[in-house]
Amino acid sequence: MCLAIPARIVELEGDVAVVDAMGNRYKAKTTLLPEAKLGDLVLIHAGFAISLVDEEEAKKTWQLIAEINEFQNTQNKLSG
Amino acid sequence: MLDRINKAQDVIDAACETLGRRINIMEVCGTHTVSIFRSGIRSILPDNLKLLSGPGCPVCVTDQGYIDAVLRLADRDDCLIATYGDMIRVPGKNGSLETKQAKANIRIVLSSEDALQLAKDNPDKTVVFIAVGFETTAPATAVVVKEAAAETIYNFCILSGHKLVVPAMRALLSEKNHNINAFLCPGHVSAIIGYGAFAGIVEDFCRPCVVAGFEPVQIIEGLCEICRQLSAGKAELKSIYSAVVTEKGNIAAQQIVNECFEPADGYWRGLGKIKKSTLKLKDKYSRFDAFRRFGVSEEPSEEIKGCRCGEVLCGLIEPTECGLFGRDCTPQEPVGPCMVSSEGACAAWFKYGREKRRKR
Repeated sequence: MCLAIPARIVELEGDVAVVDAMGNRYKAKTTLLPEAKLGDLVLIHAGFAISLVDEEEAKKTWQLIAEINEFQNTQNKLSG
Repeated sequence: MLDRINKAQDVIDAACETLGRRINIMEVCGTHTVSIFRSGIRSILPDNLKLLSGPGCPVCVTDQGYIDAVLRLADRDDCLIATYGDMIRVPGKNGSLETKQAKANIRIVLSSEDALQLAKDNPDKTVVFIAVGFETTAPATAVVVKEAAAETIYNFCILSGHKLVVPAMRALLSEKNHNINAFLCPGHVSAIIGYGAFAGIVEDFCRPCVVAGFEPVQIIEGLCEICRQLSAGKAELKSIYSAVVTEKGNIAAQQIVNECFEPADGYWRGLGKIKKSTLKLKDKYSRFDAFRRFGVSEEPSEEIKGCRCGEVLCGLIEPTECGLFGRDCTPQEPVGPCMVSSEGACAAWFKYGREKRRKR
């Protein structure tokens, strides 16, 4: 459950942000990462940005998450 | 990419041949566990190199006594339980939150902020946030405790089940019969605490600690770095996850955790009591502490007959060596903690085994 998902900050007001991860937009807070700016790529965990991340790393993580989801769906179908 | 994998694999092969003996590397991160199984990394490692899945899944190591305390609060009509979805199926002595869902006072939240909002929206109820997770997740809890205090939202409280990875790693290495040669350290825990937090383990126990990310190349290169150190007779601290992890970590997050919480002795499922391994709210935030507010306590859990999760979490046996595995204990009907969450060692083994059979 410690997985953090890369997302881009597309709106930011105070410490309240809207982020975009793999096309999904949702609210997140930047309280734990005060230096985060509009347009930054950040890692989101449990609704909070915890770290900055670069473009290349974000892409790799998005791909991995898609693969893990696919893997677990296959497994659920197999075991379910 | 293939180049990097081949190169790392060559180093691992050569190191393991030089060492000759069995080498055990423990990962302490559920996401590493899943990624290792998913990518099939185990199948390309030399026979004498074993990967052990340690206590890296915070859901799995949440003690039965904690779940029982949650269930007692769920029985109260004046409480709303706000929990991360991962916790719903974790069994206590008498069922899980799933079995109580008919009561309709259990809400799944995606963040601690949602839990606080629930309290604002339901002023006639007390919202109890089931605050679990390692160092990665604790800062999110601390933020809302501070917010609740600042905004005087007193119908909000948390049941802290937060745990600290480093004390658990130290506890494992302090066991006389442990067989851990090195740690592959968690990436996103390290984003918060910084890779420097593992320096004490390297110094005190002379075990390599390497922080890696989650994609397979990172994991292979992390294992390669560990093997390189072991074959050279060295134990060093290294992070190869520089895209995210710094030596000092996220200072703002550490500060807010330190402001709200202090380390306390606590129980880990399968491992028992570990000194200063859990986070307890400081006295100045005691009115937000559900343990104190409702007078509930976390009793140590009873042993589950036949369950060997404790030995699995310590890396002493592989899941398949447990008599319950796959027969009496499955992801659908988990008996032990390591089968409960998809990130648990037993659940990953169970799924991996099925995957292998399917391919044959």
